[in-house]
Amino acid sequence: MNSLQVSASPHARALISTRHIMLAVIAALLPAALNGFIQFGMRALILLLVTTGSAMGFEMLARLVMRRRQTVLDCSAAVTGLLLGLNLPAGMPFWQAVLGSFIAVVIVKQLFGGLGQNFANPAIVARIVLMLSFPATMTAFQIPGTDAVSGATPLVTGTAGYWDLLLGNTAGCIGETSAAAILLGGLFLCICGIISPVTPLACIGSLALCTWLAGNDPLYQILSGGLMLGAVFMATDYATTPLTKPGKLLFGIGCGVLTFVIRQFSTYPEGMSFAILLMNLLTPYLDRMTRTHPFGADNLAGKEKPNA
Amino acid sequence: MPDSKQPTLWHEFHKGILRENPNLIGLLGMCPVLAITQEAKNALGMGLATTFVLIGSNFVISLLRRLIPPSVKLPAYIVIIAGFVTLTEFLLHGFRPELYSALGTFLSLITVNCIILGRAEVFASKNNVLRSVLDGIGMGLGFTLALLLVSSFREILGAGTWFGLSVTGEYHIPVLTLAPGGFFALGCVIAVIHRLVHKEPPQNIGCRSCPLADSCAASKGGCSQ
Repeated sequence: MNSLQVSASPHARALISTRHIMLAVIAALLPAALNGFIQFGMRALILLLVTTGSAMGFEMLARLVMRRRQTVLDCSAAVTGLLLGLNLPAGMPFWQAVLGSFIAVVIVKQLFGGLGQNFANPAIVARIVLMLSFPATMTAFQIPGTDAVSGATPLVTGTAGYWDLLLGNTAGCIGETSAAAILLGGLFLCICGIISPVTPLACIGSLALCTWLAGNDPLYQILSGGLMLGAVFMATDYATTPLTKPGKLLFGIGCGVLTFVIRQFSTYPEGMSFAILLMNLLTPYLDRMTRTHPFGADNLAGKEKPNA
Repeated sequence: MPDSKQPTLWHEFHKGILRENPNLIGLLGMCPVLAITQEAKNALGMGLATTFVLIGSNFVISLLRRLIPPSVKLPAYIVIIAGFVTLTEFLLHGFRPELYSALGTFLSLITVNCIILGRAEVFASKNNVLRSVLDGIGMGLGFTLALLLVSSFREILGAGTWFGLSVTGEYHIPVLTLAPGGFFALGCVIAVIHRLVHKEPPQNIGCRSCPLADSCAASKGGCSQ
């Protein structure tokens, strides 16, 4: 005879968990990582392993010190570390990369309460801190196939061919050079239903439109720099982007327009990371602005319970 | 003050250093702590200059507390404070020109540092000269301590030096010497000091749970929040 179990809802659970989602994101990042390894050689692979490993180590240590439940097995720290590594040039000194992992995992994520509580994307903040701290090593991009020669990104030179940009045969960060590899990963995530294609499409579309209106080459701007990597993997982070579909649309448009403005008018060649960080800060407002109301609750629309 | 439970002189002196630190606990006078803490040397100079002004203004305001009519007390305080700031400025310009140029406009801005006006209003205008001077010394040292802690954090980790001496060599994080690093360093120092001094976060946020409630003018007049 079966024993009768009484438990609180939810009673039906899907098999998908945080860990499954994070493993899928890692799988989606692999083509970009593989491309980085092919283009930039062993140093890139070691750097990726260092950032991923140190991010997981810092996550474990931080949870241990704060006496909280271990969460390193949900793989979110591994995703953060891998994303950070993909956002660094292959010649980055290891101590600076490890420092980036520390900033991402401990300061941006764990100090605010761990996964889901962070207000900004950890990898983005770490990238920006490293960019402001070590502008020399953060922009010493290697040229693929060579060992130590550094060159400017296609955003500065403006001379790379479309096929080179698509396949990643240009100077840049480890994971950002090949648009095709990133698109492959993004497509995989969209088909699995893990990310919504709204944000990346809105981001890329608005950047293309702005660039076209300004009289530049939209396709070149889309394929070069960190736009693809940011739009597919960082502007779709669950914790730091809006939940609603109109919110996602606005978030994507904001990222695209801000990236265009920074690329076009500021002294920095690339602005994707700053754009995503700025939009991260606006996320709570976008969510509140685009909140859906239950049917029949029209009278309550706009009336909030006062915070006593 | 005809108060039977008057605190001891030692209490008046040491309360400002940690327990009621005007900057790290009271969160007053944050501008200089963010603006001139890139180097410990300048921060120390700024702290001592402010301490000097604070002691002087507390002394004079306490002397004149029965003569200043309540209706013009704020202008009177500001004139006294500005007098001491001008004095400090001339002294530094004459004897420490390199510190004078490093502090720049923030030296004149000591006039509007809310710690000084706050102590004048809250303490010096209600207590005798000895207590006011002790309070000024304690609060000034507390402010200097805050500046020193934040600037040491920023200089050691941000520039790899301390008082100009090399500490960590080439391993440092330059973003800490920029403005965002200043906010971050101040936040870290405030968090650690609160943890050390008050152990537990306050149960309910409000005027009563404020560590400065005892000396605050608003709480005596019935603070509504």
